[in-house]
Amino acid sequence: MMTPGLEHILFISFALFFIGIYGFFTRRNLITMLMSIELILNSVNLNFIAFNKYVWPDKMDGLFFTLFVIAIAAAEAAVAIAIIINLYRTHRSIDVENTEDMKF
Amino acid sequence: MSDLLIIMKQELMVIVIIFFLLFVKLGKGMKNETLLPLIQILLLLQFIAGFFFNQTGQLFGDMFYTNGLIAFEKAILSFGVYLISLLSSDWLKQSKHMPEYFMLMLAALLGMDLLISSGNLLMFYLALELATIPIAAMANFDLEKKQSSEGAMKFILSAAFSSGILLFGISLIYGITGTISFAALSHQAVNSTLLILAFVFFFTAFGFKMSIVPFHLWTADVYQGSPIATTSFLSVISKGSVAFIFITILYKVFGQSETVWYWMLVVLSVATMLIGNLFALRQQNIKRFLAFSSIAQVGFILVAISGGYVVATSAVVYFILIYIFSNLAVFGVAEVITNATGRETINDYKGLYRTNPFLSWIMALAMFSLAGIPPTAGFFGKLMLLTAGSNSGNFWFILIAGLNMVISLYYYLIVVRAIFMDKNENPIAPIKISVMAKYGMILCAAGIILVGLIGKIYEYIQSLI
Repeated sequence: MMTPGLEHILFISFALFFIGIYGFFTRRNLITMLMSIELILNSVNLNFIAFNKYVWPDKMDGLFFTLFVIAIAAAEAAVAIAIIINLYRTHRSIDVENTEDMKF
Repeated sequence: MSDLLIIMKQELMVIVIIFFLLFVKLGKGMKNETLLPLIQILLLLQFIAGFFFNQTGQLFGDMFYTNGLIAFEKAILSFGVYLISLLSSDWLKQSKHMPEYFMLMLAALLGMDLLISSGNLLMFYLALELATIPIAAMANFDLEKKQSSEGAMKFILSAAFSSGILLFGISLIYGITGTISFAALSHQAVNSTLLILAFVFFFTAFGFKMSIVPFHLWTADVYQGSPIATTSFLSVISKGSVAFIFITILYKVFGQSETVWYWMLVVLSVATMLIGNLFALRQQNIKRFLAFSSIAQVGFILVAISGGYVVATSAVVYFILIYIFSNLAVFGVAEVITNATGRETINDYKGLYRTNPFLSWIMALAMFSLAGIPPTAGFFGKLMLLTAGSNSGNFWFILIAGLNMVISLYYYLIVVRAIFMDKNENPIAPIKISVMAKYGMILCAAGIILVGLIGKIYEYIQSLI
């Protein structure tokens, strides 16, 4: 049986990163856009863990970084969802196409 | 222990003020009229603390370090917050949630202080997030306004997206070099292609935070939508702190690979100045106009950054000091007028001189300073920026920057012309300015005139490097 190497995990994390960016640019629903950002952050976590395990097993910086990224992502999502709820109160919609009071 | 208290004195004082506000809010609460002067005195003390017992040192391994220059940069930011608390005192007093607003603003200030002092990519990331997330909440502070929530949504999404890109860059840097400490990274030249890719990701995040041109699209909407106090905080203090750490990162951490990023900086700087200026020409809303003008100013800051560590640091610190005075004066006047009348387009300012001479003179002085006209400090600031940029010998670049200064002169003077020369049958009625706002404006005006004329200030900044 083949064990997964660094390249497999990096492939997954890069794919997740670009899926996240694609989703952020194409989705029009704010919650889905937020989910795309979470995908980007999770790809970063995978990257850190993979580098820590395969390349620098004696330096634990990557593992610690992952913990902090998870915590900050939660904080960011909390503020973002609070703002989206308020946006829903003022606009009656969470579609970015409807938030176009200000342009150019 | 005593080391901790002295090295982190500014941050600890901010934390103490935040906890004080928290307890005020938890307890019986205080009237805004009594609480606001108290906060202002505490902020002033926090600003003054930056000038005493400065010592060089580091804490928590190499996570946090400080020296005289960093303490001075933090003092500039604290002074900016103090000025905002004076200039927006009318708006703050009538706000139901003033303690929360200050808590958010001071949390962001704490993040910026830690950002300037960070000596490690982990600390850098945490501080950057601490400096960004509260601002999104501050942008949404006018809860009933549609534009406020729209601006806050745009800000939090672009901030989260840019921090995702930043983290991806950091993860690649960690994978290649195996370290996230600035001191260890500074021995590492950017040589492999993958490291250049990581560096570009890293650079992009700075682009978002400083609103360098291809990444500037959130700026104008957030500025227009947020309450003016938030806009002024975002435009001077947030930009200033990121500019300070940007210089440190480029020269101290990636200093060995200057060939990689020099042309990147030049191209982005030219694009930033040009697009900021051209879009500022067609704006009617004063906040949106100031957003594009601040984008153009960031372009001039990048000119100085390309020049070399010593000249860039002294020029940028000096310029940010002047920029805080001039930009906050403009925002202060705009805030007073918007609060009193609810009007915020440049057309509304026509004939302002007839009715409100004091506000008109402050606005004119600040506009001259932003444009860089000699007796004001803005001229000396711009002069130092361009001199610093010319240090690298790329004179075409400096010529383009000079031409952009001419373009910017045009749109700043449009505002001055509207105030002094244009006729208007329905000008803004005479406005009664509160004592605090007036004191803040006089402080700004004094700063605009004196910082340029007193050469000792520039020499002091140079002596710190």
